[in-house]
Amino acid sequence: MRGKYSGNGGKAIVIGASAGGINALGFLFSELEEDFPFPLLVTKHVGAKDDGGALRVLARQSSLPVRLARDKDAIMAGTILLAPAGYHMQVEESGVISLNMEPPVAFVRPSIDVLFQSAARVYEHALVAIVLTGANSDGADGIRAVKDFGGTTVVQCPDSSMISTMPQASLGTGCVDYQLPLEEIPAFLDQL
Amino acid sequence: MTKTDSLAQLEHLELKLLLEAISQHYGYDFSDYARASMVRRIKKYMESVNVNRISALIPLFLHDGQAFQTFVESMSVVVTEMFRDPDVFKVLREEVIPVLKTYPFIKIWHAGCASGQEVYSIAIMLEEEGLLDRCQIYATDFNDEALRMAKKGIYPSDDVELYEKNYRDSGGRKTLSDNWVSQYNAIKINSRFAERITFASHNLVTDGAFGEMNLVMCRNVLIYFNEQLQDRALNLINESLCPRGFLCIGRRENLTFSEIRKSLEDVNNKLRIYRKKGA
Ligand SMILES: C[S@@+](CC[C@H](N)C(=O)[O-])C[C@H]1O[C@@H](n2cnc3c(N)ncnc32)[C@H](O)[C@@H]1O
Repeated sequence: MRGKYSGNGGKAIVIGASAGGINALGFLFSELEEDFPFPLLVTKHVGAKDDGGALRVLARQSSLPVRLARDKDAIMAGTILLAPAGYHMQVEESGVISLNMEPPVAFVRPSIDVLFQSAARVYEHALVAIVLTGANSDGADGIRAVKDFGGTTVVQCPDSSMISTMPQASLGTGCVDYQLPLEEIPAFLDQL
Repeated sequence: MTKTDSLAQLEHLELKLLLEAISQHYGYDFSDYARASMVRRIKKYMESVNVNRISALIPLFLHDGQAFQTFVESMSVVVTEMFRDPDVFKVLREEVIPVLKTYPFIKIWHAGCASGQEVYSIAIMLEEEGLLDRCQIYATDFNDEALRMAKKGIYPSDDVELYEKNYRDSGGRKTLSDNWVSQYNAIKINSRFAERITFASHNLVTDGAFGEMNLVMCRNVLIYFNEQLQDRALNLINESLCPRGFLCIGRRENLTFSEIRKSLEDVNNKLRIYRKKGA
């Protein structure tokens, strides 16, 4: 249903991951229950020519439906939408996804910051943003925006991350509410 | 009187006022553009002119036309490629062009051509298939700066490797670099292509339909719009197609919610290539 999860009401989860992210996301999605009540929007860095390899791996491991986002797709509870290669993915107030082809941000497209910043405005307090393993600093500006708009911020503990650069960068903002080992993130999401 | 609107609510109001000012003063209607990307562009522009409230752009734009022009151009800065999504060009070559070949004269509209890489890709393909002479290609965009770049057809040499790879993946069998000359760090597309292409400013929101097109390429332009505006633009495109004309939209764009869907049959739905049903 369109618009259902925008603004107030239900929560929404945004997740950013880069190098090492497929394993981390795979674990996370395998642990979530089929009746998980919130939408999950995921930006995982992929090469511009990725033809959905990440999608296939994650779909196998997840008990929730995982899809590559199309422009203006409705954001739905219990559905995982993945940013497609070569586009930035954002959230609209009307409760749909927007894709855009603006230039890469800090060399990446899709960019985690771009997703987080747009979701921060739309979901405000109802947003939970999670930064996982990665080898760059994408996500840090996004985490700051989520905090500015009243959302909750979570970062995978650097020592539980395959590559800790990205979690470290987010922690460096001083805007992180929870630092959790990967194994504890599913339980954290369950009690939301 | 005190009222505690959240930051998001205040920005929402500021944005609405700004768009209203732009529309009244300049006639550009951005009210049905997808907001998220617009907000991002606005924030970037604000950084560049050192302004920290959206509402502060109102006096700036009302009194400084040049500033507004720069802003509009920054609104649609994009990165595009030759033969982006090679599999799309492959299907165009293998399934659409053979049909076009049976026509004595072919009209093609490339809406939202940006800096032109895609329209040259089509032109090159048409030439290879021996029908460029019979084609009239219209390439339009509402961004004048992008149109200027498209007309020049000058692109950084750094991108050549990617273009060549895309071209081969799209089934291209000739030497792509025969279509340009290299100069310094750039390539310049042969001017014989620009001769077959009419570059023109056209706004899909405010301007009218084009007549009797056999193929309309409008890739990754609709993503700028919200659902209502997408629907309007798609209707305009549909009107511009001749019966049995082809339509190609962006790989991740979505016709599901549009009323024109039922007047189109699939050529390849996954790659977003369609054909208008007969009259
Ligand atoms: C992402 S580019 C598409 C480039 C190319 N077709 C591709 O897919 O690689 C989108 C273009 O749409 C143009 N555009 C946006 N709004 C428009 C409008 N209302 N009318 C015409 N063109 C518009 C922008 O200026 C930009 O050049």
